[in-house]
Amino acid sequence: MAAIVLTNVSKDWGETRVLDEVSFAAEAGSLVVLLGPSGCGKSTTLRLIAGLDQVTAGRIAIDGRDVTGLPPARRRVAMVFQSYALFPHLSVRENIVFGLKARSVPAAERERRLARAADVLGLAQLLDRKPSQLSGGQQQRVALGRAIVAESPVCLMDEPLSNLDAQLRGEMRREIRALQQRLGMTMIYVTHDQVEAMTMADRVILMDRGRIAQNGPPEELYARPRTAFAARFIGTPPMNVVPADPLGVTAPRPGLLLGIRPEAIAIGTEGIPATVRNVEYLGADSLIETEAAGQTIFAKADGKSELSPGAAVRLAWAETDCHWFDTETGERL
Amino acid sequence: MTRVNAHVAGWLLLLPAVAFLALFTHWPAVATLIDSFHSTPRGRRPAAFVGPDNYAVMIDDPVFWQSVSNNLWFAVGTIPVSIALAILMALWVNDRLAGRTWLRTAYFTPTVLPMIAVANIWLFFYTPQYGLLEQVTGLFGAPSHNWLGTPDTALACVIVVAIWKEAGFFMIFYLAALQQIPPSLAEAAALEGASRGYYLRRIVLPLLMPTTMFVLINAVINAFRMVDHIIVMTRGGPDNATSLLLFYIYEVGFKFWDTAYAAALTMVLVVVLGAVALAQYLFLERRTHYQ
Repeated sequence: MAAIVLTNVSKDWGETRVLDEVSFAAEAGSLVVLLGPSGCGKSTTLRLIAGLDQVTAGRIAIDGRDVTGLPPARRRVAMVFQSYALFPHLSVRENIVFGLKARSVPAAERERRLARAADVLGLAQLLDRKPSQLSGGQQQRVALGRAIVAESPVCLMDEPLSNLDAQLRGEMRREIRALQQRLGMTMIYVTHDQVEAMTMADRVILMDRGRIAQNGPPEELYARPRTAFAARFIGTPPMNVVPADPLGVTAPRPGLLLGIRPEAIAIGTEGIPATVRNVEYLGADSLIETEAAGQTIFAKADGKSELSPGAAVRLAWAETDCHWFDTETGERL
Repeated sequence: MTRVNAHVAGWLLLLPAVAFLALFTHWPAVATLIDSFHSTPRGRRPAAFVGPDNYAVMIDDPVFWQSVSNNLWFAVGTIPVSIALAILMALWVNDRLAGRTWLRTAYFTPTVLPMIAVANIWLFFYTPQYGLLEQVTGLFGAPSHNWLGTPDTALACVIVVAIWKEAGFFMIFYLAALQQIPPSLAEAAALEGASRGYYLRRIVLPLLMPTTMFVLINAVINAFRMVDHIIVMTRGGPDNATSLLLFYIYEVGFKFWDTAYAAALTMVLVVVLGAVALAQYLFLERRTHYQ
C-alpha cells in the first residue's frame, strides 16, 4: 500500500509556479529520494507533505488519509531539518522528548522511547549535553532521535547530510538507510547529491524546474535515463550528452543527442579520433577528458592512465551503450 | 618590541580614554563620596568634616523616605508591565502581517520623541475639564477628576507615561532577538505537535532570556534615573506624591543648594543601582541560556 500519495500537486509563490502538477506515490516502508539541482522544487515538495506550506492545487494523502488541509501536527509525520532545528537551550534528552511532552505522552512511555532511541543512535552518554557541545554528526543523531521517538510512520528528511564532512556523510548515509529499514519507516529524503540518491533509495524521483523528470528505481535512472537532463544528472562523472552528427556515428536519425557513459567508452586503436586534453587520476581509475570533433567527451580508464595531454586516441563503444535523445525536447527516443 | 615596551604602549593607548573617564566619571563619584561627609560650604564658611551627619539627617527626613517608597512603586509599576508589553508587541510585529513596518514605527515613536515634548502631550491628556482623558470619561458621565493634582492618582499617571515611553524601546531589543531565532525551530515544534503557546513558553521565552536580562537592567536603571517627566508634569507634587529619588536629589542640590546633603543622597542612589546590577548579573546569569 502506498503510504504517501501526491496527486497533481502545484505550488505558486506569487506569480511563479515552483511546482507544476507533481504526482507520485511512496510505498509503505520504502525510501524515496527526491533528487534535483537547487531550485527544482524538491524541498518545496517536502514542505508541502509536512504541511509547513500549503498547496496551491492538488491533493496529498498519507496512509490513505487526505491531509491536504491539515496542520503539520495532525499529519503524523516526523521531519529532520537541514539545520537540524535543535533547541539550543535544551539538553539532548529534552530535545528528543520535546514532541512527546508537547503531546502529553506519559512519563514512563516517554522514558521507554527515549531509551530506545538513545540506544539505537548511540546517544546514551550525551543525553545531558546541550546541542552546542555536540559535533555535527552527533547533532544529526539527535535530530534523528527526535524523529524516531515520535514513532510516526512517515519520516521526512531535508538534505540531512549536507552540513557534514564527506567521511561522516558516508557513514550516516548507511546508518540512516539501516535505521529506516530496521524501523520500517516510510522515508522521503531530499538531496541534491546523486550519490546519496543512488546508494540509499528504493525509488528516485528526479526533479527539474518544478516537474518530475524521472521516477524509478536507481538502476533504471542509471540504465535508461528518460531525458537528457536525467542522463546528465546521474552518474559520477555524469553521462556525456553531445550532438551526434559532428561525430559521424550511425544514428537512428539525424539531429539527435547521443548519450554515452564515460565508463562505457573504450580508449584504443579503433573508433572516433580524439585528442586528450586532461587526465585526472582518481585512484581506482582515471578520468580522461578528450576532445572529438570540437566536443568534450569524458572517458574512464581503469587504474592510472599513461596518456598525457595532447595525445591522439580513438574512442569506441558498443551500440547497446548508446542513449539517444531528441535535441528539441530532450526526451529519450 | 620587548614585553615591557608592549605594556607601556598598551597603557599609552588607553591613556586618553582613561583620563577622560577618570576626570568626568570616577573623580566626580569619589568627590561626591567625600562631599557627603562634609557640610555644605556657604559664603565665607568653607566645608567642614561632619562625619555621618548628612546620613543621620537622611534617616530622619520624611521626604527622602517618601521618595524612596515612590521610586520603588514606580519601578514595580513600570518594569514588569513595560517588559510584558514589549514582548507582546515584538511577537506581534514579528509576524507576517500587512503594514508591519508602520506598526513597528508607531511603537517606536515614543522613544524618539523628546522627553519634554512627550511630557507636555501627556500633561494635556491629564488636564482637568478639557484634557483628553477627561473628555473620554466625561462621555460616560464620570465625574471630573484632577488626575495629576490628586496624590492618590498622580504617581499612577506618571507610571503610565513611563510605560508608554519605555515599552516601544524595549520592543526593539526583543524584535532583534526574535529575528535571531531560526524559523526552522518553530516549524520543528509545529511538526512535533507543540501548540503556539507551548512553543512560546518552552522555546521562545527561554531563548529571549539574555535579552530580558539586558532589558531588565536597563529598566531598573531608567526607573531610578527618571527625572524629566517629573519636572515637566508634577514637580514632585502634589505633596511629594510623585517625588522620585533623582528628582529629590535635584531639588536638594540645585533648588535648596544643600550640596553636601545632595551628595549623601546621591551615594544612596549609586549604592542602590550598583546592588541591583550586581544581583541581576549574579542570579539571572545562571538561569540564562547563551548560545
